[in-house]
Amino acid sequence: MCLAIPGRITERYADGDLPMARIDYSGAVATACLSYTPEAQVGDYVLVHAGFALQVLDEAEAAASLRELTRLSALMEADDEGGAGA
Amino acid sequence: MKHLDEFRDPALARALVERLKRITTRPWTVMEVCGGQTHSILRHGIDQVLPEGLTLLHGPGCPVCVTPLETIDRAVAIAMQPGVILASFGDMLRVPGSHGSLLEARSRGADVRMVYSPLEAVTLARANPDREVVFLAIGFETTAPGNAMAASEAIDARLTNYSQLVSHVLVPPAMAAILDDEHVRVDAFLAAGHVCTITGWRLYEPISARYGVPIVVTGFEPVDILDGFMHAVELLEAGSPKVANRYGRAVQADGNPIAQAVIDRMYEVCGRKWRGIGVIPQSGLKLRPAYAAWDAEQKFDVGDITPQEPAECIAGQVLQGRLKPADCPAFGTKCTPQTPLGATMVSSEGACAAWYRYGRKSAT
Ligand code: SF4
Repeated sequence: MCLAIPGRITERYADGDLPMARIDYSGAVATACLSYTPEAQVGDYVLVHAGFALQVLDEAEAAASLRELTRLSALMEADDEGGAGA
Repeated sequence: MKHLDEFRDPALARALVERLKRITTRPWTVMEVCGGQTHSILRHGIDQVLPEGLTLLHGPGCPVCVTPLETIDRAVAIAMQPGVILASFGDMLRVPGSHGSLLEARSRGADVRMVYSPLEAVTLARANPDREVVFLAIGFETTAPGNAMAASEAIDARLTNYSQLVSHVLVPPAMAAILDDEHVRVDAFLAAGHVCTITGWRLYEPISARYGVPIVVTGFEPVDILDGFMHAVELLEAGSPKVANRYGRAVQADGNPIAQAVIDRMYEVCGRKWRGIGVIPQSGLKLRPAYAAWDAEQKFDVGDITPQEPAECIAGQVLQGRLKPADCPAFGTKCTPQTPLGATMVSSEGACAAWYRYGRKSAT
């Protein structure tokens, strides 16, 4: 029910008074309402649930999380090698 | 897809599992609130690689599972009335009511439609002015913005042949109810990431402070979930009960204020019964009284509803983390996804369905 998936906006349009977008999910295309993410632009990734974009995904935050995790992973590996030699 | 694949990296996942093992020095019990996370945990076998001292509990975060049987029975009764089109989300149509599911009502002649977006039911009402379109509006905070926008579209356009049967629930009061439950011990929560995109993470600070439990806002991919467990254990080991946001790419402190404003304009907070659990105060949303004309419960008189739960189903205990699906005598025998007795075996987010699908048999 609360499944929400990231997709990339390829086009913005209006349906009556509702701002809408065409969204590309790795090749599958669907539409979503942008009423809750009016700032979203073509090229942005949005998190879509039941036909509504709930948030624009924050690229800088995603990159920061990954950097932190990669650093942790490298530390663990270094530890392992140290442990094997001891 | 970007924002998914990077968070499925096996090397990162392995490092997180290893780190979790090293930092866990005492036994801890962590509950993942969201059924989507339960599903992801079982699918990727995360439950089988966690350190021994770390006990997982599945939470009540499956909207379809907690929708009261009365609501399903009422929806079936309304759908059977002449001239009605009843629309809802796919999972909801398959949940067994006392006298069958909505899909079974369809085979008995009712006009029941599955929608992906709640706006589709508004379109149905516009296209069928001589019919009554009833939308069964259920869900958590994640789904409330769409359902509220659909209500707003229909009501602003004075669409008199549209109404909503609203059975929305709110997550934070249910977390507090679990912490108040003397039969369950929860040391920390993984908070439901997609609920938090709307509510924001700051909303959880009062619960974290009042009960002294860490609450870690967590995403849905394997690396997200392992990272959530790692931070929960770090906070527990450090004796630091606070809220941590580990789903920063999607969740902000204050959530989505535009969505919150539309929800607040259409719906108000009310007490709500959770199936198998009971009434939790201030845990639901209903249409505001000004919109009574669009409230299907008031619009359609279907007489008294007397729901009958199947006697063997212990889904209420499962949803509260008191028992595991395999503790149920009907699990995998009388109750399977093909012949579900309870909603937790129907929904793709239900714990019973996830256990069945991924072959978990014992209550370990
Ligand atoms: S296995 Fe079936 S009967 Fe048992 S608790 Fe789960 S849904 Fe209910």
